[in-house]
Amino acid sequence: MAADAPVPAETAQTATTHSAPRRLVLDILNDWVTTVDHKKIGLMYIGYALVFLVVAGIQALLMRIQLSLPNNDFVSPQAFNSLFTMHGTTMVFFVGMPILFGFGNYLVPLMIGARDMAFPRLNAFSFWISAFGGILLYFSYFGASGLYGAGSAPDVGWFAYAPLTARVFSPGHSTDYWTLAILLSGIGSIGTALNIVATTICMRCPGMKLSRMPLLVWLYLVTSSLVFVAVSPLTAAQIMLMLDRYIGSHFFDTQAGGSAVLWMHFFWIFGHPEVYILILPAFAFANEIIPVFSRKAIFGYAAMVAASVGIGFISLSVWAHHMFTVGLGAGANTFFVLATMIISVPTGIKLFNWLATLWGGKIHFTASMMFAIGFLFQFLIAGLTGVMLSIAPFDWQLGNSYFVVAHFHYVLVGGILFMIFSAFYYWFPKMSGKMLSEKLGKWHFWIFLIGFHLTFDFMHVPGMLGMPRRIYTYEADRGWMIWNMIISSGAIFQAAGTLLFVYNMIWSYFKGPVAGPDPWDAWTLEWSTPSPPPAYNFAEIPSVASRRPLWDLKHPEDPDSNYE
Amino acid sequence: MSEAAVIPNVTTPEWELPSRGVVGMVCLIVAEAAIFTIFVVAYLYYVGKDRSGPTPREVLDLPIFTSVCLLSSSLTVHFAVAALHQARRGLCSLWLAATVLLGGIFLGGTAHEWYKLIVHDGLTIQTNLFGTTFYSLVGLHASHVIIGLIMLSLALIFSLNGSMTAKHTGRLEVLSLYWHFVDAVWVVVFTVVYILGR
Ligand SMILES: [Cu+2]
Repeated sequence: MAADAPVPAETAQTATTHSAPRRLVLDILNDWVTTVDHKKIGLMYIGYALVFLVVAGIQALLMRIQLSLPNNDFVSPQAFNSLFTMHGTTMVFFVGMPILFGFGNYLVPLMIGARDMAFPRLNAFSFWISAFGGILLYFSYFGASGLYGAGSAPDVGWFAYAPLTARVFSPGHSTDYWTLAILLSGIGSIGTALNIVATTICMRCPGMKLSRMPLLVWLYLVTSSLVFVAVSPLTAAQIMLMLDRYIGSHFFDTQAGGSAVLWMHFFWIFGHPEVYILILPAFAFANEIIPVFSRKAIFGYAAMVAASVGIGFISLSVWAHHMFTVGLGAGANTFFVLATMIISVPTGIKLFNWLATLWGGKIHFTASMMFAIGFLFQFLIAGLTGVMLSIAPFDWQLGNSYFVVAHFHYVLVGGILFMIFSAFYYWFPKMSGKMLSEKLGKWHFWIFLIGFHLTFDFMHVPGMLGMPRRIYTYEADRGWMIWNMIISSGAIFQAAGTLLFVYNMIWSYFKGPVAGPDPWDAWTLEWSTPSPPPAYNFAEIPSVASRRPLWDLKHPEDPDSNYE
Repeated sequence: MSEAAVIPNVTTPEWELPSRGVVGMVCLIVAEAAIFTIFVVAYLYYVGKDRSGPTPREVLDLPIFTSVCLLSSSLTVHFAVAALHQARRGLCSLWLAATVLLGGIFLGGTAHEWYKLIVHDGLTIQTNLFGTTFYSLVGLHASHVIIGLIMLSLALIFSLNGSMTAKHTGRLEVLSLYWHFVDAVWVVVFTVVYILGR
């Protein structure tokens, strides 16, 4: 401020002490907002996803409170519709996608020995455009006022079936906020996916052949490729929906001959591969974590790669299993039943490979490994109910019931979220330089495990008793109350476990033991850097001769390169 | 916190990886192709399902001349890249100018067609399913042509003022990939809208 005229020492000192902290905060803020460093962008993705995880988790809790008793009026029917719409949309687009892209952003360049992503500025753009999408979605609570007069969040369900989204049936702007938010998130996802593919193909360090890439990087390559062919159709469908709503075209306008079923096709052409876009990164974490804590190299590397690519392709041809109740005809139904069942083959191969990796290993039961093992069992069960639902006649009975809700939450929570927790315990030391508390981590695991099973095991039952999804309440004589009570009580355990996890992260960040570069005695390149890694990652670009470069380094007498 | 990190170092003979510009553009093309596919599917799904006119057969004429212009611009942009590669900057500017001109003619043709459809035939995006799907599919393609033309014009300006030299060949090639894609999409759109759809 007073740089031009000389100031007395005293004044200068007070001026410094007053302005210094503020400038520091602004500096830090400026640093993060303008950064193009893949690690910082990765961390921002993760932080942003965690905030939305808490928000969408609270929405789930509100719904569970409403449903815990029959004829409850804790929330209004209108609010309930918004709650399940926002919960689903947030969890898929603003928790699942960003948290997985966050880990991908952080880990992929480190694991292939690169200093950054292929397109750092595109990376920052993709993050901020997705972040803006999430904010736009939540701004609908204030800004969506239309013919109803008051602001209201989207309430058309996360798959927003036509013609519910048409102007006549959805006046006001809530659906506009929904479609714009999805469109922006889609653009961000495509940008990041493009970046990950280009990074994987073009930025590998010398010696890092495709056949030597860590499986995590392979899985991210497959996931990102899927994003191009799965998220783009959704983007196209959102453009159509916007044209319908803004300038009166007739894509999904049934009164002018448009088709509501076409929207369902377009949505699920995205929607089903999206499940695999979310689960493949979870597989990716398992592929790194399970071998390290079993002290063995992964079993069946080539089979794992082949299975991942196979899943990627097959997942593109199964979407209509979400539409059996529409009545597509016997031919189409049969095709989609069989295609859906076939996808369990490569998935089964993966499960067997993980089991074979554990077999005979010297297993270390860290918190990370416990979550990974929980994932194995729960993902198996989720897959089995998936095979049940893939049978069209079975689906006619239970489609749109709580059985379906239980099935996909088993995948998303029991599979993906467990593996995300596992990844946090594994990579938090790398990202922060501090270890997470193992003791709190194990408490977190057991509390969350109990909560998960209370909620989602028992959720299958009211589904089989005929309870449809998305109802805001039910009559007392239905016999669903006891089950809903148990389900809701499980939600409390899950919330408690998550709080413990958040507390663990904050406490450990400040007070946790220093991690050092390689706390797990692991084998991939990210552990060769200091924790946290410097901005340039590697002072000298490494070169590798096998899939486990750090093993080679630690065991020069018996390097992997002799066997591959 | 920052103990000296260990870096494996094995000497490997020559390590060449593909250009990230080309890979990035190929990814973008795949994603864009998926978007176009959805619009084409919608067009084919709704073709002939209208209860009121006008129908494609009544109002659409084959845009042969402008299509030939657009497709030949793929050749000219290729020649521009080749010229830049040989560091013949004047020739490169000439071919780029030809590309921009051909693309411009195509766009003018589309504008003319839309003017006729809207003013004389009374077909707008709100009229019927044909209008909805026709304007959105052709419009999506036209917007890609516009983006391409903007970038090609920038390249032309840089070429004329001498800031684009032979070492930028790789970048111009990435742009030409995009332009080839826009042309290829037109082949599909032309087939679907003007041949199958009529
Ligand atoms: Cu599915």
